[in-house]
Amino acid sequence: MIKFKLNGRDVSVDVPEDTPLLWALRDELDQTGTKFGCGVGQCGACTVHVGGRATRSCITPVSSIEGAEITTIEGLHPEGEHPVQVAWRDIQVPQCGYCQSGQIMQAASLLKDYPDPTDEEIDGVMGGSLCRCMTYIRIRKAIKKAAAALREEKSNG
Amino acid sequence: MGKLERIAARQDREAGRGPTRRGVLLTGLGSAFMFGFAREAGAAQTYPQNASMPGNGAFEPTIWCSIGQDGVVNVNIIRAEMGQHVGTALARIIADEMEADWDKVRITYVDTDPKWGLMVTGGSWSVWMTWDVFRQAGAAARTVLVEEGAKLLGTSPANCIARNGRVVAGSRSVSFGDIVSHARPTRSFSPDEMAKLPLKHASERRLIGKEVKALDIPSKTTGAAIYGIDAKLDGMVYARPKLPPTRYGSKVVSVDDSEAKKVKGYLRYIVLEDPSETVPGWVAVIASTYPAAIRATDALKVTWTPGKTANVSEKDIIEHGRKQIADKTGGTCVFNDNGVDEAFSAAKQVFERTYTCASVLHYQLEPMNAVARLQDGKWEIHCGNQWQSLFLPVIAKALQVKETDVVMRSYMLGGGFGRRLNGDYAVPAALLSKAMDGKPVKLILTRSDDMQFDSFRSPSIQTVRVALDDQKNLKGWQHHASAGWPTRVMASAFMAKGDDGKPYDQFAIAGADHWYDVGPMRVRALDNDLADATFRPGWLRSVSSGWTPWAHEAFVDELAHELGHDPVDFRLSLLTAKGRNAGSAPDSVGGAKRQANVLKRLVEKCGYGKVQLPPDTAIGIATTFGQERAMPTWTAGAVQVHVDRKTGAVTCQKIWLVLDAGTIIDPDGAMAQTEGGALWGLSMALFENTEIENGNVRDRNLNTYTPLRITDIPEMDIEFVASTEKPMGLGEPGVTTIGAAIANGVFNAVGVRLRHQPIRPADVLKGLSEKKSA
Repeated sequence: MIKFKLNGRDVSVDVPEDTPLLWALRDELDQTGTKFGCGVGQCGACTVHVGGRATRSCITPVSSIEGAEITTIEGLHPEGEHPVQVAWRDIQVPQCGYCQSGQIMQAASLLKDYPDPTDEEIDGVMGGSLCRCMTYIRIRKAIKKAAAALREEKSNG
Repeated sequence: MGKLERIAARQDREAGRGPTRRGVLLTGLGSAFMFGFAREAGAAQTYPQNASMPGNGAFEPTIWCSIGQDGVVNVNIIRAEMGQHVGTALARIIADEMEADWDKVRITYVDTDPKWGLMVTGGSWSVWMTWDVFRQAGAAARTVLVEEGAKLLGTSPANCIARNGRVVAGSRSVSFGDIVSHARPTRSFSPDEMAKLPLKHASERRLIGKEVKALDIPSKTTGAAIYGIDAKLDGMVYARPKLPPTRYGSKVVSVDDSEAKKVKGYLRYIVLEDPSETVPGWVAVIASTYPAAIRATDALKVTWTPGKTANVSEKDIIEHGRKQIADKTGGTCVFNDNGVDEAFSAAKQVFERTYTCASVLHYQLEPMNAVARLQDGKWEIHCGNQWQSLFLPVIAKALQVKETDVVMRSYMLGGGFGRRLNGDYAVPAALLSKAMDGKPVKLILTRSDDMQFDSFRSPSIQTVRVALDDQKNLKGWQHHASAGWPTRVMASAFMAKGDDGKPYDQFAIAGADHWYDVGPMRVRALDNDLADATFRPGWLRSVSSGWTPWAHEAFVDELAHELGHDPVDFRLSLLTAKGRNAGSAPDSVGGAKRQANVLKRLVEKCGYGKVQLPPDTAIGIATTFGQERAMPTWTAGAVQVHVDRKTGAVTCQKIWLVLDAGTIIDPDGAMAQTEGGALWGLSMALFENTEIENGNVRDRNLNTYTPLRITDIPEMDIEFVASTEKPMGLGEPGVTTIGAAIANGVFNAVGVRLRHQPIRPADVLKGLSEKKSA
């Protein structure tokens, strides 16, 4: 039995230790917002936060996150109103949407490191997240919009 | 092709199904809602819930929509939602004609049912196919609501208008919901009556062409959207295939699961018996979890006798095509004008070039998957799919049951791009469930499986030649193209007929039948049977129009230079809109004039021929008619490229596109599709390709397969021509010009002609060094 915190709740899963976190989330804990894309950590569709850091859940054995705090797209914001999610809707980023949970989780993590990211910084971080619909132009735009909203939030808070 | 719906209608007539399936007005209970909402056993859909179930007193004026007593308008969507926001665009059409309040519109993605007619989502057809029937359905609803509303208001329909979900007579009005709850309308129309209903004038449109937020987007930002891979049913087990060494002809000799048995969760293996011959030679592992299925499949040892294609390479297929082109006798002609042979025998000069394109994988991000089970005597297939009408019968054949015993449940698609037009992945899921007495089985392909099993874009070879007289005037044109034919392999009944009455795959030649006035033309499609035997050729975004312009638009550029003309002026001189290029109503009003118009506008925008650019940097141009002649989206594309002479790397710095697709329904959705399409074009031109090695594709994941990433995107400037003509498609036209425009841009930048796609740095370096030594 492996225990960890998922979106603020204590959870436990009874799976082999080397089970990728991705499948524990999707199949054991019914959090299907996190997606299976490449299975080798190169597309970014499975990105979640482990202790606040963007992590590829498809190559993360569940045993390695014992006791950690995991956030998935479902838990990024209780009402889905994280500034990145809001910007994603405003800019109408998703097409098929399959990669977008991962993109959003990666972007939310990016903005912690780069509150006012340049195109180069965005490319550097988001380059690992494949969007097959090629919504990249809008991803860039939405990240900048979310960054502005977050800075606003901070200066008002 | 654009003929698919006509072909389907013909098949319907022949099968005695008649036209009543589409458009007849029904009253009473509609099964669509039952299928649309009630997902059992945890496979809960996130599709919009509303209270407007028929039976709760909703008015269902056609099978396409209902109006509830609460005023909620539900629109039934039979197209797959795979990123194009098709549900939103189609609902806008019906809601606009109905004069509905958009805030009360909901959409339901329905499951398969014969009443829907042809269920296919591809070819950029959805809006174009649905435009008439949804406007008629909207008009039918509006007519009834105005009639009944007028009665409630105590006046005549002539004194009433419908606006924003209400019927209005002067200062008094009544809502659609109140009309439904008080008047309980039941009026129905015959299809003929429906077709005669007056439709609104373009100037009266209040939703079409206006900005709107796509209805499918919010759930895609919270993880709530449910894709096929997310389906979960009680008692479900997991499966992964052990793929045979060749797509066809492999036979299982032995299976050894002694190592697989050591994997916790392993249940059994199954050797598939497939009467539909969709997945010959397949073995699959069943396990209690998917990670266990992955591991046990790796551990399972299967020996096969491979099929005949175990040693085929990409080069073999291209060389086979080259021979087919050299042989004048094979294939089928789309155009074969009188006088073409005479033009070439009388020619002073024949100018000829040959172009090739590599295999391209779909790499839709959601790997192929399906869940199947037997429930209450009916086989349920849960998966995202683009062509249910094609594959439901195949599934039935595989299961050896009647088509009416199979239903395909609809889900969001984690990318289509044509991959899910081919529903081959649903067949093994059904067979596995059958082998398990109908137990729910969820089959998922790992990425490596998915790529090996892809029905990818065939490699292609094309030769274009023109006959020139002694004044260097164009006297005749030939275009010969050889590639695998997806439609012959998977949907032969849907093939078009050539000039000799022989069927051909319109998806493997469309785009070559261009709108230029070049004298008598022969456009010949050749089925690369070695490709067809080796793999299952697929329809991939923009199908042949993704690669035929690679030939003819680069060729026109080369020819212009050969003849000493500016490539843009030369193209414009060929877009005369005469003869068959004059166009016809309703789909191609204006003909080639509209193609000339987008090209002129593009040149104005991008400054081609006017702006001074840095060294080794240039603009390249190409123009197409989008997807197919019968449904032209007039498209002109320009790219600004820079060539690094040291590394051979080509960088695309900017893309300009001007498109005339007729009426634009959802402007932002149109823009998003075109942005994505153009970047697909760029990705295929510079970044991604595979090759067939030993009968299979070489690449099995992103370590070697390298589609475009965010780091590589150029600046983009996309414009749609304002128009009230019939809407064409936009899912794919964005792709079509980019490859040739890049090839032309590279030539303009450094004088090197590249005729193989993708353009790789090594090819550029080779071209540069050949040019130096020449």
